[in-house]
Amino acid sequence: MSTLLELANVTKTFSVGGLFDRSKVEAVKGAGFTLDDARPEIFTIVGESGSGKTTIARMILGNESPTSGTIRFMGEDVAGLRSRRQRLAFMARVQPIFQNPFEAFNPLTTLDYYLYATARRFLQVDKAEADEAMDRALGHVGLSLAEVKGRYSHELSGGQLQRIAVARALIPGPKLIVADEPVSMVDASLRMSIVNLFRTLRDELGVSIIYITHDLATAYYISDRVIIMHRGDIVEAGDAKAVLDHPNHAYSLALKNAVLPPDPVAARKALEMRRSVSSAA
Amino acid sequence: MFKILRDLLRYNTEFLIGFVLTGAIFLFAAAHFFAPYPDNAIYMLPPDMPPSAEYWLGTTSRGQDVLWQMSAAIWNTMTFGLTVTVISRFLALAMGMTSGYLGGRTDQALMTINDTLIALPNIPILLLVYFVMRDQMSWPILALTAALLGWNYDARLIRSVALSLRTREFTRHAVFAGMSVPQILIRQHLPYVMPVIFFTAMNNLIWAIGLEVTLSVLGFSDINRPTVGGMIYWANQHQAIIAGIWWWIAFPIIAIVLLFLGLFLLAISVNEYIDPRSRLSRMGG
Amino acid sequence: MLHLAESQPRTDTETVLSVENLKAYYQMNYFGVSREVRAVDDVTLAIRRNEIYGIAGESSSGKSTLIKTIAGAIQPPLRVVSGSVTFNFAGKPLDVYGAPEAMKDARWRHLSYIMQGSMNVLNPVRRVKHAFHDFAFAHMGLANTAFWGRVREHLKRLGLDPRVLDSYPHQLSGGMRQRLTIALATVCEPEFIIADEPTTALDVLVQQDVLALIKDVQQRMGSSIIFVTHDMTVHAAIADRIGIVYAGRLVEEGPTEDVFAKPQHPYTVHLISSLPRLGDVTRRKALPGKPPNLSDPPAACRFHPRCPLAVDRCRTENPPLVPRASGRVACWRAGEAEVS
Repeated sequence: MSTLLELANVTKTFSVGGLFDRSKVEAVKGAGFTLDDARPEIFTIVGESGSGKTTIARMILGNESPTSGTIRFMGEDVAGLRSRRQRLAFMARVQPIFQNPFEAFNPLTTLDYYLYATARRFLQVDKAEADEAMDRALGHVGLSLAEVKGRYSHELSGGQLQRIAVARALIPGPKLIVADEPVSMVDASLRMSIVNLFRTLRDELGVSIIYITHDLATAYYISDRVIIMHRGDIVEAGDAKAVLDHPNHAYSLALKNAVLPPDPVAARKALEMRRSVSSAA
Repeated sequence: MFKILRDLLRYNTEFLIGFVLTGAIFLFAAAHFFAPYPDNAIYMLPPDMPPSAEYWLGTTSRGQDVLWQMSAAIWNTMTFGLTVTVISRFLALAMGMTSGYLGGRTDQALMTINDTLIALPNIPILLLVYFVMRDQMSWPILALTAALLGWNYDARLIRSVALSLRTREFTRHAVFAGMSVPQILIRQHLPYVMPVIFFTAMNNLIWAIGLEVTLSVLGFSDINRPTVGGMIYWANQHQAIIAGIWWWIAFPIIAIVLLFLGLFLLAISVNEYIDPRSRLSRMGG
Repeated sequence: MLHLAESQPRTDTETVLSVENLKAYYQMNYFGVSREVRAVDDVTLAIRRNEIYGIAGESSSGKSTLIKTIAGAIQPPLRVVSGSVTFNFAGKPLDVYGAPEAMKDARWRHLSYIMQGSMNVLNPVRRVKHAFHDFAFAHMGLANTAFWGRVREHLKRLGLDPRVLDSYPHQLSGGMRQRLTIALATVCEPEFIIADEPTTALDVLVQQDVLALIKDVQQRMGSSIIFVTHDMTVHAAIADRIGIVYAGRLVEEGPTEDVFAKPQHPYTVHLISSLPRLGDVTRRKALPGKPPNLSDPPAACRFHPRCPLAVDRCRTENPPLVPRASGRVACWRAGEAEVS
């Protein structure tokens, strides 16, 4: 069994504050998990703001280096990839999806330029072949190059933009996609198109996905495995259905109970319970 | 390009006024190529003639026609100013954007150079260059020296814009799309920096023209080459004010004020047009 | 069945806000490019005393513009083209666009806001108590000591320690700040509160507390709330009635239970059936297409390009909002779509 991604005892400490009152914040404390190369999966990191989930994503992508511990992608230490050649080789296999699709595309640049630059750089192809690669990648997300060419980000919906972002990430033929809160800024009616897309990528293209979210409902819906993070600690990890159906840790349980069910009677009951708890406290 | 010009002329009064003013001054300056007398010929005409039908703006104490002198002077002053502005804009852009985008050591090194240059006083340096160069001193060398002194404040301004652009998500996205640093800087960041360039270009042009006028008035330039400052220098040499030859000084000053006004109106209206927010509004974003 | 007697909302019949045929457009002109965005297009609705009215819709559906227009907080390029907004405060009608002076007096005293970013109300460099002073002091007409006594009492009732008044916003957590903005919005016991995505930026755990707090305050004061969010589960938990906005128009309205149990408009049907729920992994369908561009909306029914049930009539004739079942709906094929 070969490992795709391995985090071993990863810790990240930030120092915050001004000149005189500097203090250290441990954003991630000794995190560790492994993704298998042979079995693509949707691996979900659940946590609230300040849980360290975004820091983990940035470290996996090589945008931050761990304070201690190592992150290995296909055996290579991610923090050690310094030269541009090494970084490009790494980026060809690990691609990100960002949170806000309207921020991820420069409003003054046409969308196809992102796809085109990716195709030219990573596939080393000429213009015609690049167009073909772009069209193929857009096909995977249910779009076509004709629909995207010459368009700007404000002309499309958040859902479409996020799909274009996924298509762009697919062009180099990555093994892993790191998606940090990919649907939190997308309208509810369009969310499912992204979430379903991740499933398709896993099943049809064999891409592993690290899905980072605070939303337990979508996490349950698509994940194979899940870890729950709380203030830098992984408090619970395992098979998604098992963990979310029967959480053991108090925090995971609280998180699960905080999910409002999409049904007025149950949702009101949940809120009613919360009110009695907080008025008793 | 033509369409942009048409839209601006049609919908923006500031641009229209600025365009007409600057255009008229430019045409007037360009007319010196067809002047009846050589630019630096002296005592060709009767001196000290007030404005009249024959000499519209009068003649100088050196026997030159103020009209044609001014035409050549404005041309030369504008050339000087534009040369300084163009060179210093490129320097400011390159330094500011690289510094802001790369950050870290590069940023520190570039900004140390920048701050050192800010601390140096301009006029004494230019005088030093003038005394060292003496006879080889020509206006391109002066322009280059001025440009080397004129980019630093704006580089800091551009750097601050670049710094904020660096943290935007689309920059990270561009990195993962494999774009190279020049590609990111030119395709992604430049549109946001352009308004700063335009606006500072205006200030820089005024500064450069002012510098040229100052140096020429003091006589620290090629005094035989007609410039706006040079005209005032000669007028002072001949005590034009005391002698009542007011037209020798008044007309160059009026011309330079009108030029500043025209350029200013052009800069603010073009700026509004290329501003990313206004661009996005027009695109429907 | 979903009709439970104890969860039936208790609402009075008196109307506090009536919006009639309201049209508010953004009219812009940039260097010869003129655009008109019909963000609120012919909306008619009435909100009763003591009810929470939820407005649901996607981003750029015009829901934020609608409440901005209701609050009378519009600035060019946004203009009210026609229609009226009338409040009924303390038994007196108040036309928002007819009596600007009276509207000024009513702000915060009768009508207040809870906004998404608490930092918009709390000045980061001033202690929290200044915000209370700035917003509420003039409207309460109380002497200094009586005013602060009332504020402290109010905070205590909301379960907040009155000592927070002496802290700076950055010393408080996001949830605490949002609770403070709720306290701030309710300290004058207004009859009407406009809540614009008040829980959207909050963490899951905090979100529930904030919702519980809003519900608590509302029930205690008997005020009406217009609650805007794109999150249908929040509406399920808190709203008595829901209005669904699509492309600047109200397409469906009804009691929350009924809307969730038997949505009439195909768009509402989609919104509800696409919600993921814990313990359920059956595949959820996404709505095809994209939200319409409001400067060039589709003709007739604006939902027809994305509608699975669209027929020729939907492309030629705009369906009016008509009473149906327990609410109102604007659709030629109302009630035909099924929740999956």
